[in-house]
Amino acid sequence: MSKKNGYKAVVVGVSAGGMDALPRILKPLPKNFPLPIIIVQHTHPSGDDGFFVRYLNQRCKLEVIEATENQPIEDGKVYLAPADRHLLIEQDRLLALSTASKVNHSRPSIDVLFESAADAYDSGLIGIILTGATSDGAKGMKKIDDCGGITIAQNPETAKAPAMPKAAIEACEIDYVLPLENIPEELLKLTRKVIFTSSLNQGDIS
Amino acid sequence: MKRTDIENLETKLLLDAIYKRYGYDFSHYATASLKRRIEHFLNESNHDKITETIPRLLYDEVFFEELIQTLSITVTEMFRDPFVYRAIRGKIIPTLKDLPFLKIWHAGCATGEEVYSMAILLKEAGIFKNFHIYATDFNNHALERAREGIYPLKNARISTVNYQKSDGETSFSDYYQSKYDSVIMNRDLKKNITFANHNLVTDSVFGEMNFIICRNVMIYFDKILQERVFHLFNDSLSIGGFLCIGSKESLQFSEVYDNFEEVARKERIYRKIR
Repeated sequence: MSKKNGYKAVVVGVSAGGMDALPRILKPLPKNFPLPIIIVQHTHPSGDDGFFVRYLNQRCKLEVIEATENQPIEDGKVYLAPADRHLLIEQDRLLALSTASKVNHSRPSIDVLFESAADAYDSGLIGIILTGATSDGAKGMKKIDDCGGITIAQNPETAKAPAMPKAAIEACEIDYVLPLENIPEELLKLTRKVIFTSSLNQGDIS
Repeated sequence: MKRTDIENLETKLLLDAIYKRYGYDFSHYATASLKRRIEHFLNESNHDKITETIPRLLYDEVFFEELIQTLSITVTEMFRDPFVYRAIRGKIIPTLKDLPFLKIWHAGCATGEEVYSMAILLKEAGIFKNFHIYATDFNNHALERAREGIYPLKNARISTVNYQKSDGETSFSDYYQSKYDSVIMNRDLKKNITFANHNLVTDSVFGEMNFIICRNVMIYFDKILQERVFHLFNDSLSIGGFLCIGSKESLQFSEVYDNFEEVARKERIYRKIR
């Protein structure tokens, strides 16, 4: 699978400031968005009860669900890591959870999701790192980059907490550094290219 | 072949070597999480490639024990997820209390914090002598620590908070003695506990149980292994017995689901009805 064969999934890592940032990314995406979006938002371990899932569902067109273990990943759905569990992606593109030790003082950890996603999707992955006060996700972004995937970081100057996108920008060559409002547009552009390429492959482009 | 594919091949060779040499079968473990732990083991043991560890693992049993400790997740705490213990106090214990003898199996007990939590809970329910907890794990090192019942003092604060949230009746400090930087669980809590090695992957039923607790173990298994374990629990439980699994695990898709009724949804407590 190479870049021109298209993207298979989007992973998003966000921490402090995510309540505001995530809806702004997700809201402009249409109901027929062609890829799954898998998100780690750092939360308080006991801040459970599906509050954030409801919060996002009220604000975007795509269906948002809490990730469960051994769950098949479907296109056009948004999966959110549950509180106090790492979220990983299996080679056969199932979601997996873990209660293992915190990574970067976090569970869920963005690195854990991103690194396993890069293993599963290789160059077919788009990684997005948003506002946050830690450096979680930087290693993961580097791995996505190493595997040939696309990396997008929120412009730290526009982030409520700039540390996380900054750390990612320092860790690897980020493809797009963008203010929040331009990220959905870029995602649509990247995925439109997918549709274009696949119809080209089928020879039915007119 | 891509790097990831080569690493996957190496992982397969490693797991095959472990199985053939020591009989531990990890082939039905969820691989993404297993891979992270293997990488961690490589860092700890100063190896660069997975396959480099195989020759040493085959000959060096101590080295193998170190691998087992890395592969098994032992992260836990006293009264972990206090709402679950509150439900056990409120919904399970009152039903089981009047049985002449109560047998509990704690499968995948790791370092034992939750086993002592259960013993405390039974004590507070007034069940002193007529119960036995079989606490099992496949990790001998973790079992040894569970048997000792000595934990870092720095965890005492979270233990105390969890205990209170679980509707604890007294003070958590009644159940241990602190010494230097450790807490030592009271001896009387251990009297009715047997810690033993049991591997959910390969071992079978060893007794008829009234209550099985197995939390955050099956999330590391694939569907095939999960199904095996659910059958094992189904076969081990007496009619009317309870099963409690991790709050992100699900019995719903298992063949044995029809034998159970849901007692508490969020807490993942089920009762065997047929």
